[in-house]
Amino acid sequence: MKVVSSFVQLFTKMLSALSIVVLSSQMALAQTGKDGNVVTIGVILILGALVLGAVAVVGNSMVQVLSVKVGNHTNGEVVDEDLLASKNHVLKKGLNIKLKGESSSEIKKFHSSRYAVMPFNFNNIAPIPKMIVEVGQEVKAGQPLFYDKGHPNVNFVAPVSGELVEVKRGPKRSIAQVVILADKDVEFKALNSPNIDEVDRAELREFLKANGGWPLFKQRPFNILPGVDEEPRDIFISGFDTAPLAGDMAMKINGRFEAIQEGINVLNKLTDGKVYMSLDGREGAAIPAELDHMHGVDIHYFDGPHPAGLVGIQIHHIKPINAGDVVWTIGIQELITLGNMFLKNEYRAERVFNIAGLATEKGGYYQSYSGADLKEILGEELSDKSKRIIAGNVLHGLAKNEDNAFLDFYKDQVTCIDEGDDYEMFGWLLPQTMRPSASRTYPNFLFKDFKYQVDTNTHGEKRAFVVTGQYESVLPVDTYPQYLFKSIITRHVENMEGLGIYELVEEDVALCEFVCTSKQPLQKILREGLDFMMKEV
Amino acid sequence: MKKLLNFVKSLEPKKGSLGHTLYDGLFTFLFAPNEVTADGGVHIKDRIDLKRTMVIVVLALQFCYLIGMYNIGQQHFVALGMYESFFEGFHLKLAFGLTKILPLFIWTHLVGLGIEFYFAWKKGHAIEEGFLVSGALIPLIMPPDLPIWILCLAVAFAVFLGKEAFGGTGMNIWNVALLARAFVFFAYPTTISGDQVWVAGFDQIMPGAVTDYGWWQTSFCNTIFEWFGWAQFDPGATIVDGFTGATPLALAYEGGWSAVTDVYSSAQMLWGSIPGSVGETSKPLIIAGAAILLITKIGSWRIMLSGLVGAALMSMIFNAWGATEFMTVPWYNQLLMGSFWFAIVFMATDPVTASATNFGKVIYGIMIGMIGMIIRVINPAYPEGWMLAILFLNTFAPLIDHYTVLGNIQKRLKRA
Repeated sequence: MKVVSSFVQLFTKMLSALSIVVLSSQMALAQTGKDGNVVTIGVILILGALVLGAVAVVGNSMVQVLSVKVGNHTNGEVVDEDLLASKNHVLKKGLNIKLKGESSSEIKKFHSSRYAVMPFNFNNIAPIPKMIVEVGQEVKAGQPLFYDKGHPNVNFVAPVSGELVEVKRGPKRSIAQVVILADKDVEFKALNSPNIDEVDRAELREFLKANGGWPLFKQRPFNILPGVDEEPRDIFISGFDTAPLAGDMAMKINGRFEAIQEGINVLNKLTDGKVYMSLDGREGAAIPAELDHMHGVDIHYFDGPHPAGLVGIQIHHIKPINAGDVVWTIGIQELITLGNMFLKNEYRAERVFNIAGLATEKGGYYQSYSGADLKEILGEELSDKSKRIIAGNVLHGLAKNEDNAFLDFYKDQVTCIDEGDDYEMFGWLLPQTMRPSASRTYPNFLFKDFKYQVDTNTHGEKRAFVVTGQYESVLPVDTYPQYLFKSIITRHVENMEGLGIYELVEEDVALCEFVCTSKQPLQKILREGLDFMMKEV
Repeated sequence: MKKLLNFVKSLEPKKGSLGHTLYDGLFTFLFAPNEVTADGGVHIKDRIDLKRTMVIVVLALQFCYLIGMYNIGQQHFVALGMYESFFEGFHLKLAFGLTKILPLFIWTHLVGLGIEFYFAWKKGHAIEEGFLVSGALIPLIMPPDLPIWILCLAVAFAVFLGKEAFGGTGMNIWNVALLARAFVFFAYPTTISGDQVWVAGFDQIMPGAVTDYGWWQTSFCNTIFEWFGWAQFDPGATIVDGFTGATPLALAYEGGWSAVTDVYSSAQMLWGSIPGSVGETSKPLIIAGAAILLITKIGSWRIMLSGLVGAALMSMIFNAWGATEFMTVPWYNQLLMGSFWFAIVFMATDPVTASATNFGKVIYGIMIGMIGMIIRVINPAYPEGWMLAILFLNTFAPLIDHYTVLGNIQKRLKRA
């Protein structure tokens, strides 16, 4: 509102200046009589200069005007504290992509015979980590498997007990998978966890590093494994998921609230700032009562379409990341693992994930461990070239095939859709199939509740940036996304920083990439920018 | 369909030849591609692409083509003092309009697309769709009798220097269609200004002048109409006394609003039964096109609305000023004349050359409205200003955006 009112003020100022010029010129005209050519030309010149200057004036004032909105005391204006402190956030921008093929609401237990830890799941570690155990050795759940040289003392641990059967190499001898042949009954390593009420932070950090607690966190900016010396300003948890075909979070965490509370206690030990949890504030949302009554956590409610459930968007609205800030995020199921490390003294990498999408008949919820082998559920579907199996959702996630079928570390969803490598005659003009679209050139916007079948067709070829205002409409972050992407492409460090590259990670801009008319690979561009900034700054 | 696909594919020429570029352009026109999303990005994509976006704009322009075609004929026969009501001589008006508009349309596309294809081939790119809209716009903003060679020069200039020199679709600074018009305006001013050029079919607009029909009218059309027993073109007809061919703006510039209403009624100006460029005259049909752009959200409502506000505001200021006859024309009547609506709906909203930020669009629109009106009213040489105003603001759009973006950057810095 302040922007608008300041703008109106500015505008009235401009107008009054203009009318003064007009009035004085009229007076001058009246004095000189009819032959007012010289005066008229003079007035034209003044008007012209005024109009020319106006662009710059307005632009300059914009800088002032916009900065008023931030919350500092600029130009003597005081910002409404209540508004900033509000815990209910209503996001207008975004897009819910409604798809067919939701998971049935029944949890099956699933213990696959093989599990894997995949180093590439963790951003910013070397592609060839140092192995601690050798092929053929028996490990217990929670026992260290490997570590990264850039993060000394940070161990990556086994999710289940069993025999280490394979260290599978990827391109350039990188380690792609560390595979464990699992025992029928998982044996847990006793962790000797410290008492959370008494332990000091340094000791706690060392304990987490040694026992697999560290990789449960992700660090922003850049969405990377937290640096060994970094302390987070705040820690953020998202308690719901708005992505297409996302599972019901209440089902995924049901009955494990005690571990969540213990996890929150641990988080409070790790930061001087606050622990924030965001819950579903949409109408009709069923939030488990236990979650609503957690202690030691600042709970915020978010209402709005996807991406309201993404932790990056939530951070932006709760307490944004500024240059120099470091915050951590943790997924809610990773938080349960963290809590159990202290509650049960065991590293329990239990994950409930849902399989969804029309291209599978195995949809539903599965209770398993991190790194489960999806091949044992999906079978032939994984090698079927006409289907795409995604660990994650349709907007952000890795495609899986029979060589790489393990569930990725931070994922709790699998989506199966059809490949779309078909030609469609006049497909751009007279489509023969219903597909989701944010564009109002299709009648989709009239049928808000229709659920779509989708495939991976790009529906067009890559073009230069032409359409404007499109990204802004689906990204509830106060920035100019198209300018951000252009500054990434041109490697303009100042603008990247200024437009908030630190606040964004790939999943946050996935919707922009979905709606993009020019089919630009925005997530890839953003990752390049983030990698560049990590090296430069 | 599979058979057709295979047949089309069997025609594919060698890669890297001009033929392949042509083939590629045609192929993507016929078939939506079979490309699938890459791993590591989104796995599904919105079913919108640049082709569809552009074609919607071209569709929205069709109203203007229809009425423009009719109006060329209408003005021609008004000059002759024949068939002055709407349905009289309907087939003659349409046929006459068609013979004028078709060459404009065809030559614009031959030259424009030719250059586009050539550059796509040389650069090894796919053909981008930008010229679909530019090519549809250019005939609508030219006088109906513009010599074809001038049109071709203008299109070549605009596409070559205005677009390809900057890197093609999406990279140009100035609106390509307006650049073509500006070229004609400055290089061959007598063909696009004054009272002589807005009514087609005569060598010279003066009472007693004889029609200048070609083979199309006298032989081709007349033969067909004779078959059906309809009225035919009359090569001996002459312009009636008192007809000047002056546009409302020219009249208003000379003698204010009363000089306009002596010749044209408000309804005539609203519906577009007045001389002017081909597609600019009929306001309701332009607004119908605008409705398409607004409903599909392809045209920016911010630009259209703020442009309207800017123009209205400026003419109100002129009303208050009232130094010349033209300034006293009431602001709502200013909006009835000239090509304001066409310019603000179809020209100013070009996303490539307009401001890219939402706030910038408002500034951009208001400035176009104000500056366009200033040029229209004050410029002594020629009473219309939208082309120059939009090109001018095209130049400044990056600056407006720069400050808007800077505002965001400063805000983030202050937050820290």
